[in-house]
Amino acid sequence: MIALLTRDLRLAVRAGGGFGLGLAFFLIVTVLVPFGVGPETGLLARIAPGVLWIGALLACLLSLDRIFALDWEDGSLDLLATAPLPMEGIVSVKALAHWLTTGLPLVLAAPVLGVLLSLPLEGYFWVLVSLAAGTPALSVIGTFGAALTVGLKRGGLLLSLLVLPLYVPTLIFGAEVARRGAEGLAVQTPLLMLAGISAGVIALLPFASAAVLRINLR
Amino acid sequence: MSIWEYANPVKFIRTTDKILPWVSVGAVLCLVTGLVWGFFFTPDDFRQGSTVKIFYLHVPAAMMAINAWVMMLVASLVWIIRRHHVSALAARAAAPVGATFTLIALATGAFWGQPMWGTWWAWDPRLTSFLVLFLFYLGYMALWSAIENDDTAADLTSILCLVGSVFAVLSRYAVLFWNQGLHQGASLSLDKEENVADVFWYPALVCIAGFILLFIALVFLRTQTEIRARRARALMARERQA
Repeated sequence: MIALLTRDLRLAVRAGGGFGLGLAFFLIVTVLVPFGVGPETGLLARIAPGVLWIGALLACLLSLDRIFALDWEDGSLDLLATAPLPMEGIVSVKALAHWLTTGLPLVLAAPVLGVLLSLPLEGYFWVLVSLAAGTPALSVIGTFGAALTVGLKRGGLLLSLLVLPLYVPTLIFGAEVARRGAEGLAVQTPLLMLAGISAGVIALLPFASAAVLRINLR
Repeated sequence: MSIWEYANPVKFIRTTDKILPWVSVGAVLCLVTGLVWGFFFTPDDFRQGSTVKIFYLHVPAAMMAINAWVMMLVASLVWIIRRHHVSALAARAAAPVGATFTLIALATGAFWGQPMWGTWWAWDPRLTSFLVLFLFYLGYMALWSAIENDDTAADLTSILCLVGSVFAVLSRYAVLFWNQGLHQGASLSLDKEENVADVFWYPALVCIAGFILLFIALVFLRTQTEIRARRARALMARERQA
Protein backbone atom coordinates (compact mmCIF):
# COMPACT_ATOMS: atom_id res chain seq x y z
CA MET A 1 0.00 0.00 0.00
CA ILE A 2 2.84 2.35 0.78
CA ALA A 3 4.44 1.43 -2.53
CA LEU A 4 1.20 2.31 -4.28
CA LEU A 5 1.01 5.59 -2.40
CA THR A 6 4.55 6.62 -3.30
CA ARG A 7 3.96 5.58 -6.90
CA ASP A 8 0.81 7.69 -7.14
CA LEU A 9 2.49 10.67 -5.51
CA ARG A 10 5.49 10.41 -7.78
CA LEU A 11 3.27 10.16 -10.86
CA ALA A 12 1.24 13.17 -9.79
CA VAL A 13 4.29 15.33 -9.11
CA ARG A 14 6.49 14.33 -12.02
CA ALA A 15 4.13 13.47 -14.84
CA GLY A 16 3.01 17.03 -15.38
CA GLY A 17 -0.30 18.75 -14.86
CA GLY A 18 -2.13 17.18 -11.99
CA PHE A 19 -0.21 18.64 -9.12
CA GLY A 20 -0.11 22.32 -10.00
CA LEU A 21 -3.30 22.42 -11.98
CA GLY A 22 -5.69 22.36 -9.04
CA LEU A 23 -3.76 25.12 -7.29
CA ALA A 24 -3.70 27.29 -10.41
CA PHE A 25 -7.43 26.78 -10.84
CA PHE A 26 -8.03 27.75 -7.22
CA LEU A 27 -6.00 30.92 -7.77
CA ILE A 28 -7.92 31.81 -10.95
CA VAL A 29 -11.32 31.33 -9.31
CA THR A 30 -10.40 33.52 -6.36
CA VAL A 31 -9.01 36.19 -8.66
CA LEU A 32 -12.12 36.15 -10.82
CA VAL A 33 -14.54 36.66 -7.94
CA PRO A 34 -13.60 40.33 -7.25
CA PHE A 35 -13.99 41.01 -10.98
CA GLY A 36 -17.47 39.56 -10.77
CA VAL A 37 -18.76 41.21 -7.60
CA GLY A 38 -16.65 44.37 -7.52
CA PRO A 39 -13.58 45.29 -5.47
CA GLU A 40 -15.41 46.63 -2.43
CA THR A 41 -13.44 45.48 0.61
CA GLY A 42 -16.34 45.04 3.01
CA LEU A 43 -18.30 42.84 0.65
CA LEU A 44 -15.24 40.76 -0.24
CA ALA A 45 -14.39 40.26 3.40
CA ARG A 46 -17.90 39.01 4.07
CA ILE A 47 -17.97 36.47 1.24
CA ALA A 48 -14.29 35.48 1.43
CA PRO A 49 -14.76 32.27 3.50
CA GLY A 50 -17.49 31.01 1.19
CA VAL A 51 -15.54 31.86 -1.94
CA LEU A 52 -12.46 30.09 -0.64
CA TRP A 53 -14.55 27.02 0.10
CA ILE A 54 -16.26 27.00 -3.30
CA GLY A 55 -12.90 27.51 -5.02
CA ALA A 56 -11.31 24.65 -3.12
CA LEU A 57 -14.29 22.42 -3.88
CA LEU A 58 -14.17 23.15 -7.61
CA ALA A 59 -10.41 22.71 -7.75
CA CYS A 60 -10.86 19.38 -6.03
CA LEU A 61 -13.58 18.38 -8.50
CA LEU A 62 -11.38 19.28 -11.45
CA SER A 63 -8.76 16.71 -10.58
CA LEU A 64 -11.11 13.87 -9.65
CA ASP A 65 -11.27 12.10 -12.99
CA ARG A 66 -7.49 11.65 -12.90
CA ILE A 67 -7.74 9.39 -9.86
CA PHE A 68 -8.59 6.27 -11.85
CA ALA A 69 -8.70 7.33 -15.51
CA LEU A 70 -4.99 7.01 -16.29
CA ASP A 71 -4.65 3.69 -14.49
CA TRP A 72 -7.76 2.46 -16.27
CA GLU A 73 -6.44 3.39 -19.68
CA ASP A 74 -3.05 1.70 -19.41
CA GLY A 75 -4.47 -1.33 -17.62
CA SER A 76 -2.63 -0.92 -14.35
CA LEU A 77 -5.97 -0.76 -12.55
CA ASP A 78 -6.65 -4.37 -13.58
CA LEU A 79 -3.24 -5.35 -12.27
CA LEU A 80 -3.93 -3.57 -9.00
CA ALA A 81 -7.24 -5.39 -8.73
CA THR A 82 -5.54 -8.76 -9.05
CA ALA A 83 -2.80 -7.80 -6.62
CA PRO A 84 -2.97 -9.28 -3.12
CA LEU A 85 -4.41 -6.07 -1.76
CA PRO A 86 -8.02 -5.52 -0.74
CA MET A 87 -9.86 -3.23 -3.13
CA GLU A 88 -10.90 -1.09 -0.15
CA GLY A 89 -7.23 -0.51 0.57
CA ILE A 90 -6.50 0.51 -3.01
CA VAL A 91 -9.37 2.94 -3.00
CA SER A 92 -8.33 4.46 0.32
CA VAL A 93 -4.77 4.88 -0.86
CA LYS A 94 -5.97 6.52 -4.06
CA ALA A 95 -8.10 8.93 -2.04
CA LEU A 96 -5.18 9.66 0.28
CA ALA A 97 -2.89 10.33 -2.68
CA HIS A 98 -5.51 12.65 -4.17
CA TRP A 99 -5.79 14.51 -0.90
CA LEU A 100 -2.02 14.86 -0.54
CA THR A 101 -1.61 16.19 -4.07
CA THR A 102 -4.76 18.33 -4.27
CA GLY A 103 -6.40 18.86 -0.90
CA LEU A 104 -3.35 19.62 1.18
CA PRO A 105 -1.91 22.23 -1.24
CA LEU A 106 -5.34 23.85 -1.36
CA VAL A 107 -5.46 24.03 2.43
CA LEU A 108 -2.04 25.62 2.55
CA ALA A 109 -2.78 28.05 -0.27
CA ALA A 110 -6.13 29.23 1.09
CA PRO A 111 -4.75 31.74 3.64
CA VAL A 112 -2.55 33.31 0.95
CA LEU A 113 -5.54 33.73 -1.31
CA GLY A 114 -7.48 35.05 1.67
CA VAL A 115 -5.26 38.14 1.48
CA LEU A 116 -6.58 38.83 -2.01
CA LEU A 117 -10.15 38.73 -0.69
CA SER A 118 -9.29 40.85 2.37
CA LEU A 119 -10.31 38.10 4.73
CA PRO A 120 -10.59 39.39 8.32
CA LEU A 121 -7.65 38.52 10.53
CA GLU A 122 -9.58 36.10 12.77
CA GLY A 123 -10.68 34.21 9.68
CA TYR A 124 -7.32 32.83 8.56
CA PHE A 125 -7.01 30.25 11.26
CA TRP A 126 -10.57 28.96 10.87
CA VAL A 127 -10.41 28.82 7.09
CA LEU A 128 -7.29 26.74 7.47
CA VAL A 129 -8.87 24.48 10.08
CA SER A 130 -12.16 24.01 8.23
CA LEU A 131 -10.43 23.19 4.95
CA ALA A 132 -8.06 20.82 6.72
CA ALA A 133 -11.02 19.03 8.29
CA GLY A 134 -13.21 19.12 5.19
CA THR A 135 -10.98 18.40 2.20
CA PRO A 136 -10.35 14.74 3.17
CA ALA A 137 -14.11 14.21 2.88
CA LEU A 138 -14.06 15.89 -0.53
CA SER A 139 -11.31 13.55 -1.69
CA VAL A 140 -13.01 10.40 -0.41
CA ILE A 141 -16.43 11.32 -1.84
CA GLY A 142 -14.75 12.26 -5.08
CA THR A 143 -13.02 8.90 -5.23
CA PHE A 144 -16.43 7.27 -5.01
CA GLY A 145 -17.64 9.38 -7.94
CA ALA A 146 -14.49 8.65 -9.93
CA ALA A 147 -14.94 4.93 -9.32
CA LEU A 148 -18.55 5.16 -10.54
CA THR A 149 -17.62 6.82 -13.82
CA VAL A 150 -14.28 5.16 -14.48
CA GLY A 151 -15.12 3.35 -17.70
CA LEU A 152 -17.28 6.03 -19.29
CA LYS A 153 -16.34 8.09 -22.28
CA ARG A 154 -18.04 11.31 -21.24
CA GLY A 155 -17.29 10.65 -17.60
CA GLY A 156 -16.09 14.11 -16.62
CA LEU A 157 -19.38 15.94 -16.87
CA LEU A 158 -21.37 13.10 -15.35
CA LEU A 159 -18.84 12.94 -12.54
CA SER A 160 -19.54 16.51 -11.52
CA LEU A 161 -23.30 15.95 -11.69
CA LEU A 162 -22.97 12.93 -9.41
CA VAL A 163 -20.45 14.31 -6.97
CA LEU A 164 -21.63 17.88 -6.43
CA PRO A 165 -24.89 16.95 -4.63
CA LEU A 166 -22.86 14.67 -2.39
CA TYR A 167 -20.64 17.62 -1.51
CA VAL A 168 -23.54 19.66 -0.13
CA PRO A 169 -23.30 18.74 3.58
CA THR A 170 -19.51 19.10 3.66
CA LEU A 171 -19.70 22.48 1.97
CA ILE A 172 -22.41 23.75 4.29
CA PHE A 173 -20.60 22.86 7.48
CA GLY A 174 -17.18 23.81 6.15
CA ALA A 175 -18.23 27.23 4.96
CA GLU A 176 -20.18 27.71 8.18
CA VAL A 177 -17.07 27.09 10.28
CA ALA A 178 -15.05 29.50 8.16
CA ARG A 179 -17.76 32.17 8.23
CA ARG A 180 -18.35 31.97 11.95
CA GLY A 181 -14.62 31.98 12.55
CA ALA A 182 -14.21 35.10 10.43
CA GLU A 183 -17.02 36.83 12.31
CA GLY A 184 -15.67 35.76 15.67
CA LEU A 185 -18.61 33.54 16.63
CA ALA A 186 -18.52 30.12 18.30
CA VAL A 187 -17.50 27.45 15.81
CA GLN A 188 -17.70 24.30 17.86
CA THR A 189 -20.95 22.78 16.56
CA PRO A 190 -20.32 23.06 12.81
CA LEU A 191 -16.70 22.09 13.28
CA LEU A 192 -17.69 18.92 15.10
CA MET A 193 -20.26 18.14 12.41
CA LEU A 194 -17.68 18.71 9.68
CA ALA A 195 -15.15 16.49 11.40
CA GLY A 196 -17.89 13.90 11.93
CA ILE A 197 -18.75 13.89 8.24
CA SER A 198 -15.10 13.52 7.31
CA ALA A 199 -14.52 10.69 9.75
CA GLY A 200 -17.70 8.87 8.79
CA VAL A 201 -17.03 9.20 5.11
CA ILE A 202 -13.42 8.02 5.45
CA ALA A 203 -14.59 5.02 7.45
CA LEU A 204 -17.52 3.91 5.30
CA LEU A 205 -17.32 5.20 1.75
CA PRO A 206 -14.24 3.19 0.66
CA PHE A 207 -16.42 0.08 0.90
CA ALA A 208 -18.92 1.57 -1.55
CA SER A 209 -16.13 2.80 -3.83
CA ALA A 210 -14.49 -0.62 -3.79
CA ALA A 211 -17.79 -2.34 -4.62
CA VAL A 212 -18.37 0.05 -7.49
CA LEU A 213 -14.84 -0.39 -8.81
CA ARG A 214 -15.22 -4.17 -8.68
CA ILE A 215 -18.40 -3.91 -10.74
CA ASN A 216 -16.70 -1.64 -13.26
CA LEU A 217 -13.74 -3.99 -13.65
CA ARG A 218 -15.94 -7.05 -14.09
CA MET B 1 -46.83 -18.40 -2.92
CA SER B 2 -44.50 -15.57 -2.05
CA ILE B 3 -44.04 -12.03 -3.18
CA TRP B 4 -40.87 -13.03 -5.03
CA GLU B 5 -42.95 -14.77 -7.67
CA TYR B 6 -43.64 -11.35 -9.11
CA ALA B 7 -39.92 -11.02 -9.79
CA ASN B 8 -40.61 -13.15 -12.83
CA PRO B 9 -41.07 -10.64 -15.68
CA VAL B 10 -43.84 -12.64 -17.38
CA LYS B 11 -45.77 -12.99 -14.15
CA PHE B 12 -45.15 -9.34 -13.37
CA ILE B 13 -46.50 -8.17 -16.72
CA ARG B 14 -49.49 -10.48 -16.51
CA THR B 15 -50.43 -9.32 -13.02
CA THR B 16 -49.83 -5.64 -13.61
CA ASP B 17 -51.77 -5.82 -16.86
CA LYS B 18 -54.76 -6.86 -14.79
CA ILE B 19 -54.22 -4.21 -12.11
CA LEU B 20 -53.13 -1.34 -14.34
CA PRO B 21 -56.53 -0.30 -15.75
CA TRP B 22 -58.04 -0.20 -12.26
CA VAL B 23 -55.18 1.79 -10.85
CA SER B 24 -55.15 4.28 -13.70
CA VAL B 25 -58.90 4.79 -13.61
CA GLY B 26 -58.70 5.17 -9.85
CA ALA B 27 -55.90 7.73 -10.20
CA VAL B 28 -57.83 9.79 -12.72
CA LEU B 29 -61.02 9.60 -10.66
CA CYS B 30 -59.29 10.57 -7.43
CA LEU B 31 -57.33 13.40 -9.01
CA VAL B 32 -60.34 14.85 -10.82
CA THR B 33 -62.62 14.64 -7.80
CA GLY B 34 -59.97 15.83 -5.42
CA LEU B 35 -58.84 18.76 -7.51
CA VAL B 36 -62.33 19.88 -8.56
CA TRP B 37 -63.56 19.52 -5.00
CA GLY B 38 -60.54 21.35 -3.69
CA PHE B 39 -60.52 24.11 -6.26
CA PHE B 40 -64.20 24.92 -6.53
CA PHE B 41 -66.05 23.58 -3.52
CA THR B 42 -63.94 24.62 -0.57
CA PRO B 43 -64.06 28.03 1.05
CA ASP B 44 -61.17 30.45 0.63
CA ASP B 45 -58.78 30.58 3.52
CA PHE B 46 -59.26 33.37 6.02
CA ARG B 47 -55.84 34.92 5.43
CA GLN B 48 -54.43 33.28 2.32
CA GLY B 49 -57.47 33.71 0.09
CA SER B 50 -57.73 31.40 -2.88
CA THR B 51 -53.97 30.78 -3.10
CA VAL B 52 -54.35 28.16 -0.42
CA LYS B 53 -55.72 25.83 -3.07
CA ILE B 54 -52.28 25.17 -4.51
CA PHE B 55 -52.04 23.00 -1.41
CA TYR B 56 -53.93 20.23 -3.24
CA LEU B 57 -51.12 19.88 -5.79
CA HIS B 58 -48.18 20.95 -3.67
CA VAL B 59 -48.51 18.66 -0.68
CA PRO B 60 -49.24 15.35 -2.49
CA ALA B 61 -46.48 16.02 -5.03
CA ALA B 62 -43.98 16.74 -2.26
CA MET B 63 -44.99 13.61 -0.36
CA MET B 64 -44.65 11.41 -3.42
CA ALA B 65 -41.32 12.99 -4.38
CA ILE B 66 -39.84 11.61 -1.18
CA ASN B 67 -41.75 8.34 -1.27
CA ALA B 68 -40.56 7.69 -4.83
CA TRP B 69 -36.97 7.91 -3.64
CA VAL B 70 -37.75 5.53 -0.78
CA MET B 71 -39.32 3.12 -3.23
CA MET B 72 -36.20 3.33 -5.42
CA LEU B 73 -34.08 2.66 -2.35
CA VAL B 74 -36.08 -0.48 -1.52
CA ALA B 75 -35.98 -1.66 -5.13
CA SER B 76 -32.22 -1.07 -5.27
CA LEU B 77 -31.74 -3.08 -2.10
CA VAL B 78 -33.81 -5.92 -3.56
CA TRP B 79 -31.67 -5.83 -6.68
CA ILE B 80 -28.41 -5.89 -4.72
CA ILE B 81 -29.51 -8.65 -2.39
CA ARG B 82 -31.67 -10.89 -4.58
CA ARG B 83 -30.79 -9.73 -8.10
CA HIS B 84 -34.30 -9.64 -9.52
CA HIS B 85 -34.18 -7.73 -12.78
CA VAL B 86 -37.72 -6.45 -12.46
CA SER B 87 -36.73 -4.69 -9.26
CA ALA B 88 -33.83 -2.86 -10.92
CA LEU B 89 -36.08 -1.85 -13.79
CA ALA B 90 -38.76 -0.64 -11.41
CA ALA B 91 -36.20 1.59 -9.70
CA ARG B 92 -35.17 2.92 -13.07
CA ALA B 93 -38.80 3.50 -14.03
CA ALA B 94 -39.57 5.37 -10.82
CA ALA B 95 -36.75 7.90 -11.12
CA PRO B 96 -38.20 10.22 -13.80
CA VAL B 97 -41.60 10.07 -12.11
CA GLY B 98 -40.08 11.05 -8.80
CA ALA B 99 -38.07 13.82 -10.45
CA THR B 100 -41.24 15.19 -12.04
CA PHE B 101 -43.05 15.16 -8.70
CA THR B 102 -40.11 17.02 -7.17
CA LEU B 103 -40.29 19.59 -9.92
CA ILE B 104 -44.06 19.96 -9.47
CA ALA B 105 -43.58 20.48 -5.74
CA LEU B 106 -40.88 23.10 -6.36
CA ALA B 107 -42.87 24.93 -9.04
CA THR B 108 -46.17 24.99 -7.16
CA GLY B 109 -44.25 26.04 -4.08
CA ALA B 110 -42.81 28.97 -6.02
CA PHE B 111 -46.27 29.99 -7.28
CA TRP B 112 -47.58 29.77 -3.75
CA GLY B 113 -44.64 31.55 -2.22
CA GLN B 114 -44.85 34.52 -4.55
CA PRO B 115 -48.11 35.97 -3.19
CA MET B 116 -47.63 34.64 0.35
CA TRP B 117 -43.98 35.31 1.16
CA GLY B 118 -43.45 37.92 -1.54
CA THR B 119 -40.74 35.87 -3.18
CA TRP B 120 -40.52 33.03 -5.66
CA TRP B 121 -37.64 31.40 -3.94
CA ALA B 122 -36.06 31.53 -0.52
CA TRP B 123 -33.09 29.54 0.72
CA ASP B 124 -35.27 27.83 3.22
CA PRO B 125 -34.25 24.38 4.52
CA ARG B 126 -37.21 22.59 2.96
CA LEU B 127 -36.89 24.29 -0.39
CA THR B 128 -33.16 23.75 -0.47
CA SER B 129 -33.34 20.10 0.43
CA PHE B 130 -35.93 19.56 -2.30
CA LEU B 131 -33.62 21.18 -4.79
CA VAL B 132 -30.83 18.87 -3.63
CA LEU B 133 -33.20 15.91 -3.94
CA PHE B 134 -33.92 16.99 -7.51
CA LEU B 135 -30.18 17.05 -8.23
CA PHE B 136 -29.91 13.52 -6.84
CA TYR B 137 -32.65 12.38 -9.21
CA LEU B 138 -30.84 14.02 -12.13
CA GLY B 139 -27.55 12.35 -11.29
CA TYR B 140 -29.24 8.98 -10.84
CA MET B 141 -30.99 9.17 -14.21
CA ALA B 142 -27.86 10.43 -15.94
CA LEU B 143 -25.85 7.50 -14.61
CA TRP B 144 -28.51 5.05 -15.83
CA SER B 145 -28.46 6.44 -19.32
CA ALA B 146 -24.66 6.76 -19.52
CA ILE B 147 -23.81 3.08 -19.04
CA GLU B 148 -24.40 0.68 -21.88
CA ASN B 149 -24.28 -2.65 -20.09
CA ASP B 150 -27.63 -3.15 -18.33
CA ASP B 151 -26.41 -5.18 -15.39
CA THR B 152 -23.49 -2.88 -14.70
CA ALA B 153 -25.83 0.09 -14.88
CA ALA B 154 -28.24 -1.55 -12.44
CA ASP B 155 -25.43 -2.37 -10.02
CA LEU B 156 -23.85 1.06 -10.13
CA THR B 157 -27.09 3.01 -9.88
CA SER B 158 -28.34 0.94 -6.97
CA ILE B 159 -25.14 1.64 -5.04
CA LEU B 160 -25.45 5.30 -5.97
CA CYS B 161 -29.02 5.20 -4.66
CA LEU B 162 -27.86 3.77 -1.33
CA VAL B 163 -25.03 6.27 -0.90
CA GLY B 164 -27.25 9.06 -2.18
CA SER B 165 -29.93 8.28 0.39
CA VAL B 166 -27.46 8.68 3.22
CA PHE B 167 -26.23 11.95 1.80
CA ALA B 168 -29.78 13.17 1.12
CA VAL B 169 -30.65 12.69 4.79
CA LEU B 170 -27.37 14.33 5.77
CA SER B 171 -28.09 17.31 3.53
CA ARG B 172 -31.54 17.62 5.05
CA TYR B 173 -30.07 18.11 8.50
CA ALA B 174 -27.23 20.24 7.19
CA VAL B 175 -29.54 22.78 5.56
CA LEU B 176 -31.70 22.77 8.65
CA PHE B 177 -28.65 23.85 10.58
CA TRP B 178 -27.65 26.34 7.93
CA ASN B 179 -30.79 28.41 7.70
CA GLN B 180 -33.96 28.53 9.73
CA GLY B 181 -36.60 29.14 7.19
CA LEU B 182 -39.86 30.54 6.06
CA HIS B 183 -41.67 27.31 5.32
CA GLN B 184 -44.20 26.17 7.89
CA GLY B 185 -43.70 22.92 9.74
CA ALA B 186 -45.47 19.73 8.80
CA SER B 187 -49.17 20.38 9.07
CA LEU B 188 -50.28 16.87 8.14
CA SER B 189 -49.65 13.86 10.31
CA LEU B 190 -51.48 10.71 11.19
CA ASP B 191 -51.47 10.95 14.94
CA LYS B 192 -53.13 14.30 15.36
CA GLU B 193 -56.80 14.68 16.13
CA GLU B 194 -57.40 17.24 13.41
CA ASN B 195 -54.66 18.40 11.06
CA VAL B 196 -56.31 21.13 9.10
CA ALA B 197 -59.99 21.97 9.09
CA ASP B 198 -62.08 19.10 7.73
CA VAL B 199 -63.31 21.08 4.73
CA PHE B 200 -59.73 21.21 3.46
CA TRP B 201 -58.71 17.84 4.81
CA TYR B 202 -61.01 15.49 2.87
CA PRO B 203 -60.26 16.81 -0.64
CA ALA B 204 -56.56 16.79 0.29
CA LEU B 205 -56.82 13.13 1.27
CA VAL B 206 -58.46 12.32 -2.05
CA CYS B 207 -55.68 14.18 -3.87
CA ILE B 208 -52.99 12.31 -1.96
CA ALA B 209 -54.66 9.02 -2.83
CA GLY B 210 -54.79 10.16 -6.44
CA PHE B 211 -51.08 10.96 -6.52
CA ILE B 212 -50.21 7.60 -4.94
CA LEU B 213 -52.32 5.74 -7.51
CA LEU B 214 -50.84 7.86 -10.31
CA PHE B 215 -47.35 6.99 -9.15
CA ILE B 216 -48.15 3.28 -9.00
CA ALA B 217 -49.74 3.36 -12.45
CA LEU B 218 -46.82 5.21 -14.01
CA VAL B 219 -44.24 2.96 -12.41
CA PHE B 220 -46.09 -0.19 -13.54
CA LEU B 221 -46.42 1.17 -17.04
CA ARG B 222 -42.81 2.28 -17.30
CA THR B 223 -41.52 -0.97 -15.83
CA GLN B 224 -43.55 -2.93 -18.39
CA THR B 225 -42.09 -0.76 -21.13
CA GLU B 226 -38.57 -1.37 -19.85
CA ILE B 227 -39.15 -5.12 -19.71
CA ARG B 228 -40.55 -5.18 -23.24
CA ALA B 229 -37.77 -2.94 -24.57
CA ARG B 230 -35.16 -5.22 -23.06
CA ARG B 231 -36.91 -8.28 -24.46
CA ALA B 232 -36.98 -6.69 -27.93
CA ARG B 233 -33.28 -5.94 -27.67
CA ALA B 234 -32.54 -9.53 -26.65
CA LEU B 235 -34.55 -10.82 -29.62
CA MET B 236 -32.69 -8.57 -32.02
CA ALA B 237 -29.36 -9.65 -30.59
CA ARG B 238 -30.32 -13.29 -30.99
CA GLU B 239 -31.41 -12.67 -34.60
CA ARG B 240 -28.10 -11.05 -35.40
CA GLN B 241 -26.21 -14.02 -34.05
CA ALA B 242 -28.27 -16.57 -35.96
